[in-house]
Amino acid sequence: MSEYQVNERGYYGDFGGAYIPEMLYRNVEELRRQYLGIIQSEEFKREFDQLLTDYVGRPSPLYPATRLSERYGANIFLKREDLNHTGAHKINNTIGQILLAERLGKRRIIAETGAGQHGVATATVCALKGLQCVVYMGAVDMKRQAPNVARMKMMGAEVIAAESGSKTLKDATNEALRDWINNPVDTHYIIGSVVGPHPYPDMVARFQSVISAETRKQLLEKTDRETPDYAIACVGGGSNAAGMFYHFLDEPLVKLIAVEAAGKGVHSGESAATTVLGREGVLHGSRSILMQTDDGQVVEPYSISAGLDYPGIGPQHAWLYKTGRATYASATDDEAMQAGLLLTKLEGIIPAIESAHALAQLEKMTFKGNENVVICLSGRGDKDLDNYMNYFGF
Amino acid sequence: MNRINKLFADSGDKRILSIYYTAGYPTLDSTLTIAETLEKSGADFLEIGFPYSDPVADGPVIQHSSEVALRNGMTLHVLFEQLSKLRDRVHIPVLLMGYVNPVLQYGIDRFCQSCKAVGVDGVIVPDLPMYEYEAQYRAIFEANGLSNIFLVTPQTSEERIRKIDGLSTSFIYLLSSSATTGKNLSVSEDTAAYFSRIQQMKLKNPVVVGFGISNRDTFLRATDYTDGAIVGSAFVRLLDEANYLEKVPAFIQQLKEVTDGH
Repeated sequence: MSEYQVNERGYYGDFGGAYIPEMLYRNVEELRRQYLGIIQSEEFKREFDQLLTDYVGRPSPLYPATRLSERYGANIFLKREDLNHTGAHKINNTIGQILLAERLGKRRIIAETGAGQHGVATATVCALKGLQCVVYMGAVDMKRQAPNVARMKMMGAEVIAAESGSKTLKDATNEALRDWINNPVDTHYIIGSVVGPHPYPDMVARFQSVISAETRKQLLEKTDRETPDYAIACVGGGSNAAGMFYHFLDEPLVKLIAVEAAGKGVHSGESAATTVLGREGVLHGSRSILMQTDDGQVVEPYSISAGLDYPGIGPQHAWLYKTGRATYASATDDEAMQAGLLLTKLEGIIPAIESAHALAQLEKMTFKGNENVVICLSGRGDKDLDNYMNYFGF
Repeated sequence: MNRINKLFADSGDKRILSIYYTAGYPTLDSTLTIAETLEKSGADFLEIGFPYSDPVADGPVIQHSSEVALRNGMTLHVLFEQLSKLRDRVHIPVLLMGYVNPVLQYGIDRFCQSCKAVGVDGVIVPDLPMYEYEAQYRAIFEANGLSNIFLVTPQTSEERIRKIDGLSTSFIYLLSSSATTGKNLSVSEDTAAYFSRIQQMKLKNPVVVGFGISNRDTFLRATDYTDGAIVGSAFVRLLDEANYLEKVPAFIQQLKEVTDGH
C-alpha cells in the first residue's frame, strides 16, 4: 500500500475523511462500500475501456514537442488530454462515474461546474446514457461561459444558476450538495475533481489515472524508459494532476510538480495559490488545505483561468505537499498567458489557460540536458479564445 | 445534572419548543437581546448559530442570515465575548450550532473550554460525523461537560440510530425529512410513519424534531410523536421585520398555545 494513496479510513495522512452532514451519510456510505467492487469488476472495466477508446478517443497521444524541447533544452512530451472528446481530461472521470451511477441504479445525475468543462463532460455522458442531468453553475460563470451553457442545454441538461455567495464554482458546489441532500434516493452526484468526501478523491483519481498509465507505456516506446524525470500538471482542485502523478507516486526518481494559479501575484490578494495562502481545514466534505480567514471563513480565490479558481486542493495533494513528495509551484495570469501563446506559436497547439499554467513552469526550470519532461496538456484553448483575444488584443 | 437533561427530566408531558437563530443577525449585538426575549416569551431552549461562509445543509433563509452576520463582523471570538454575559441574563439551556471549519480554526480544545466558560450546554455541528467525533473529539467534549447532538434522518438505519442513541448525552435531533433547512414539513403518511417508527424504538435519549417546523400545525404534528421541536428559518424570517423584538412573544405564544399535554 502506497503511503501516498488513501487508507481504509479515507485519509491521505492527515487529510481526507468524510465531513458530511447525516443527510448525505447514506449516499456517501453506499458509494464507499461499493465503488471498489464495481470499478474493479471485469464487466465494468470492459465497458469503461471501450468507451474511452471508441467514444473519448483514447489513448491520447504523447507528443514529443520538438521546438518547445529545443527552446528549453529538455525532451518535453505533451500528454494530449486536449484531444479527448469534449476537449479536456474531465471526460475520463464522467465516463467512469456515469457507469458507476448506472450500476447503483441512479436515474438522476447532478454536477457542479466552474468554467463549464466538467458540466459539459457530465451532460455528455448523461446524453450518452439517457439519464436526467442537472448542472449547477455560478450565475457569474454562466455569463462568462455562455457557449458551454448552450452546449449543456443542447445535450438535454438543465443548468441551474447558483445565486448564493460569490456565485462561482464554490457556490455551485454548495448548491449541488444541497440538491443531493434534498434528493437522497435516486440521485448520484458526479463531482468533477479530486475533492469532496471519501471516496470521491480516490475514485476520481482512479478514473483519471488512465493519464499516467498510458504515459508510462508511451514513454517506454519513445524513450526506452517508463518513467520521466519530471511530471508537471496544473492544479485547481487537482484532478488532471492526480491522474498524471498516479502511476509515478511510488517512483521516487520522478519529480512531480504541481502548478497553482497565482492570479495577479501570489500575495496580491487576487490569487488561487492554495498551498501558499491556505491553512488546514475542512471544505466540501474533506480535510485539506484551503484559503480561509483566521475565523475559518472560506476566502474567494481569483485566477484568469476559471478551472483553477477554487479555494482548496484535493486531500491527496495536501498530503503530497506536506510530505514534500510533490513540489507545488505557481504561475501568474501573465506567465500563463505568455506560455499559452508560446506553445501556440512553437507547436501549433492552443492550450486551455489552465494547462498553460503547467507550461509556464518550464520558464523557471533549468535542465541538465536530455532529461525527459511530461506535461499534462489537460485541455484545449477553444473555450478561452475570448480571454486570449482580450489579453493579447488579437 | 446539566440544564438540558434537567429540562427534559422536568418536562413531563410538555412539548418542548426550541428556537434557532443566527448570532450577529440582524445586527452584530442582537445575539443576547434576542436570547433574553425568547426566554421571557416562553421558549424552552435555544440554538444559537455561528455563521459560516459555506453552509451546505442550510436553505436560503439561514444562508442569508449567515452572510449578513459575517458582514456584520460575527466570528467565534466575538460570539464568545458576547456570551460572556450569557448566564447573567439567560437561564434556559443554550446550544451552539454551526459548521466544523470555524471550530477547527478556533481550536477544538479552546472551543469546548470557551463553551464551558460561558455556560453553553451543548453543540450541534452537522458536518462533524459520528466517526470523527468518536475518534478525535469525544474526550474533549466530555472533559468540558459539553453535549454533542447528532442528527438522524429518514435514511438513517436502525443500527446507526441505536449507535447515535448510545453516544448521545442529551437529545437526538430528528430531521423531519432529508432536506436543507427552511422547507415545509411534509404532510405525507411517510412522515407520520417515520416519526412513529422512531417513537417505537424507545430510545434512551429524548427526540426533538427540526427542519420544516414553522407554525403551530407543524409543531403539533411533530411533537405528537416526539419530545419537542425546533423552529429555525421561520423565526429567522421574523427577524427581518421592523420592530421584531416586539413580535417575538406573539410568535412563541402561537406555537405554544396548546403545547401542554400530548
